[in-house]
Amino acid sequence: MPERYHIHTLPTLARFQRVGKFGTADWREDCSRCKNCVKLRCLYDVYRSEAAHNRNPAAPVEPLFECKSCLSCVQGCTKGLLSLALNPEFLALGDSYWRPDILATTWDQSEAGRIPVSGAGYRGPFSGPGFDAMWTDMSEIVRPTRDGIHGREYISTSVDIGAKPMQLTFDAAGALKNPASLTEVPMPVILDPAPWGDPGEVIMRARVAAAAALHTLAVVPAKYLRAVAAEQRRFVVPLFEGEDVFAHADALAQAAMVEVADGPACADIAKKLQRGMGFQPMNSTGKMPVPQRLVAVRLPLRPDSAKRVLGLHEAGVNIIHLCADYQGREFGAERPRFIKEALREIHGQFVQRGVRDEVTLIAGGGIALAEHMAKAVICGADLVSVDIPLLVALGCRVCTASPLPEKGRGGERGCGRAAACPVGIPAVEVSYAAQRMVNLMGAWHNQLIEVLGAMGIREMRRLRGEVGRAMFLEDLERDAFKELVRSA
Amino acid sequence: MSTAVEEVKRGVVPKPPQTEVRREIRPAPERYRNPIGRYKVNRSADCQSCGLCARLCPHGVHEKPAGYRFPLRPRDHLCIGPECAKTDHYCVARCPRHALALTRNPTADILGDPRWPSDLILSTWYEAETGHAPPGGLEYRQGASGGGFDKLRLRFPEKPPREVAASEVDTGLDLNRRNDGRPQVHIDLPVYGGGMSFGSVSIHAILAKARAAVAWNSFTCTGEGGYPDRLAAYDDHVITQVATGLFGVREETIQRVRMVEFKYAQGAKPGLGGHLLGDKNTPDVARMREAIAGNALFSPFPFHSVYSIEDHKKHIDWIKEINPRALVSTKVSTPADVDMVAVGSYHAGTHIVHLDGSYGGTGAAPDIAKKNIAMPIEYAIPKVHKFLVAEGLRDGVVVIASGGLRCAYDVLKAIALGADGAVIGTAELVAMGCTRCSNCESGRGCPRGIATTDRELILQMSVEWATQRLINMHHAWREQMVDVLRRFGMKSVRELRGRTDCLSYLEDAR
Repeated sequence: MPERYHIHTLPTLARFQRVGKFGTADWREDCSRCKNCVKLRCLYDVYRSEAAHNRNPAAPVEPLFECKSCLSCVQGCTKGLLSLALNPEFLALGDSYWRPDILATTWDQSEAGRIPVSGAGYRGPFSGPGFDAMWTDMSEIVRPTRDGIHGREYISTSVDIGAKPMQLTFDAAGALKNPASLTEVPMPVILDPAPWGDPGEVIMRARVAAAAALHTLAVVPAKYLRAVAAEQRRFVVPLFEGEDVFAHADALAQAAMVEVADGPACADIAKKLQRGMGFQPMNSTGKMPVPQRLVAVRLPLRPDSAKRVLGLHEAGVNIIHLCADYQGREFGAERPRFIKEALREIHGQFVQRGVRDEVTLIAGGGIALAEHMAKAVICGADLVSVDIPLLVALGCRVCTASPLPEKGRGGERGCGRAAACPVGIPAVEVSYAAQRMVNLMGAWHNQLIEVLGAMGIREMRRLRGEVGRAMFLEDLERDAFKELVRSA
Repeated sequence: MSTAVEEVKRGVVPKPPQTEVRREIRPAPERYRNPIGRYKVNRSADCQSCGLCARLCPHGVHEKPAGYRFPLRPRDHLCIGPECAKTDHYCVARCPRHALALTRNPTADILGDPRWPSDLILSTWYEAETGHAPPGGLEYRQGASGGGFDKLRLRFPEKPPREVAASEVDTGLDLNRRNDGRPQVHIDLPVYGGGMSFGSVSIHAILAKARAAVAWNSFTCTGEGGYPDRLAAYDDHVITQVATGLFGVREETIQRVRMVEFKYAQGAKPGLGGHLLGDKNTPDVARMREAIAGNALFSPFPFHSVYSIEDHKKHIDWIKEINPRALVSTKVSTPADVDMVAVGSYHAGTHIVHLDGSYGGTGAAPDIAKKNIAMPIEYAIPKVHKFLVAEGLRDGVVVIASGGLRCAYDVLKAIALGADGAVIGTAELVAMGCTRCSNCESGRGCPRGIATTDRELILQMSVEWATQRLINMHHAWREQMVDVLRRFGMKSVRELRGRTDCLSYLEDAR
């Protein structure tokens, strides 16, 4: 059996105050002090632990929020005095995209490092916008494409970054003329900085440490490059605005990949970098030398991105990092499309031209849950970049308390200063933060394998653009209900 | 072939005596002291115990039994709320001391979720308690998920095309359409109980389901956890499930029943195997499953002996050989090619194709699977129905839908979309007092004693009470079905199958 990719998760208690969903038990007057709720009714001993918490002078003043809302105490109260309510603070968390339940499950996953499992059926809305308007397929009794009997341990989540030649060419002596320049990451995720604010160097170092532990890559803005430890440089993707890249020869020396922001000169810069000398790209075996530098262009997703991406490819850029806004939408559009639609268009045009393997598409923005990895890849990305969930792992509430002037949230005023951040993110410890991020990615990896296993797909690479392994809301609605009479 | 098989074929295996359960509607009030309703009625200390409220209220909220000095605490879960103010028996207004107050119950608002909103849970509780649909205001016909069944409405004609008396309406269903010489099996409702294993739920829940199935001449299913001995008295109304882990499956448990179900996949976790977390694998459960207590039990996916329809046929032949009088049901979830699976399964010899949609219930499943994998049942039913019709096979097989069917109206909508009948699971648990807190998987399981095998926890619910709750709920559902069928002028629920003209689809509000 080949060596397995394993993510070392470690239960790591939150060092921030969680906001819970339930837990406002309301006593009306007339309690007879029978204590049945405490001693008999609550199977989870929530009353006792909350009492201990309240008496502990070192504990924060906020409640513990351990109630699981089984209602045994409410219904069993001798005098019928108890009632339970939803915590309004919980309902106010996040926004319409980063919903409170997404934040809560991310907190849980970063704490436990395990796949979330629960009883009873699905509880949410039937469908929704964006990624919630598609379902992944599964393999029933028989399917010609399924990979045969396999266990989870044989499912590979590795993907390649870089161009693969569409065909091999050889010189007269029989030597390969166009070897692929690839780097392999063992799960289809790279770690990106948050799209707003700047939580500071500690978070950057944690992200790099997490990338090193996960054997994936972390995108690091140029100003922080000097703070990266030498042994971790090969897990770093330095991010430059443009020409400034040439002032950082030392940082490039070991980087696996370089990312340059989109701009008029970016294709020229990319070409220069690709030809340039000096750095050894990482690959998982550490043996194969890669003949060409990997250079990605970072491109905000706009309505005309499909054209721009084609232009970049023609100009020789073969790794494109598409960044949607923090809710996965296009920038600069009156009615922005969701990244899923944009990806299908961009992927589709490369397929039509027969050059899909010559480019790597990295999709970022709005990747909030493990399922979004699989769904973005089905829509045509090779891999995704994850940003905000890495902060949510540290307690971020995607809050509106510190608005950025133009975007309405998360600005320089808040995210960079521990005092202004409601959960003090900039002041956390690197090792704690890194472990929380690793735990989250470990949980995501596990979930990805569940989805791949259900689909009967053994290779992440084979999922790219496989819309046949997904079902889209509009198609299902048409097929099932098109003949029904409409009513208001 | 073993001698046991020979004996069954010759019909000489003695059958354990079968228990009768009467189909009788009796009140089955909440087993906790404080039932939860939409409203709270508070009686203050100003009350002078005149008893007027008790005489006024037709819903039984106020009660002052003869010889009592004070009225009982208001049974406010029966209150119909502010709507009552329009009547002449509104207790709050009529109380001479102004001692009564009506408020919304905050606890009712924490119940539920878009799929099973608070109203649907409360109304299912009401149905289980009384045997009838709730009066006044509670929405018992649909949820609030914003799609699927919740966007479908039954489209009634202004006046029924023909008058049908309630007593004429037949809600029964024959389950053998193959004409293969095997016995006909008839159920009195187009609904039977889904598989819940010993391990995932308590023996009391299992027995209550079986007893309700006897009362309604329907079925319950063992799930994948073996066949508890105490079920033997209900053999004729039990389906033995053969699932991928084969836990507790023996020739003998296949031979004693009238129906056997192959579970290829489960809607809540399609493409993944069953899942029982270690803490719930108590010594009793482990013994039944021939496993080691305390270990998490995972069923594989798929059947490692089935990779083609031919393999599937081999499976069905095996069951048919072991039990010559059994019908075979094939439970599959809903992939994109579910129509092909259904046709293949028909050709392999199944009597029932049971489609389990992706929003179905479970004792434990990864959240990512419950939400994302496979299609909701609302899409799968018409797909399968139309394909079977096109292939000319529709009348050779019974299509049963499950996975997110929560109430009688969901069942009727599923039938109008093309199913013959339905399997329900969560609705039964809710009738037994489930709040859908979704902690079934953790620790020893359900804090309310339903989905647990902990010896102390299960004592919270008695078999008799749970049986009555289920019988009542089914009665309420049947009343609603009869009412709907009469409004369509139909004498049988079988007439509704595939009648998509009886449905309308809500336009988006945009």
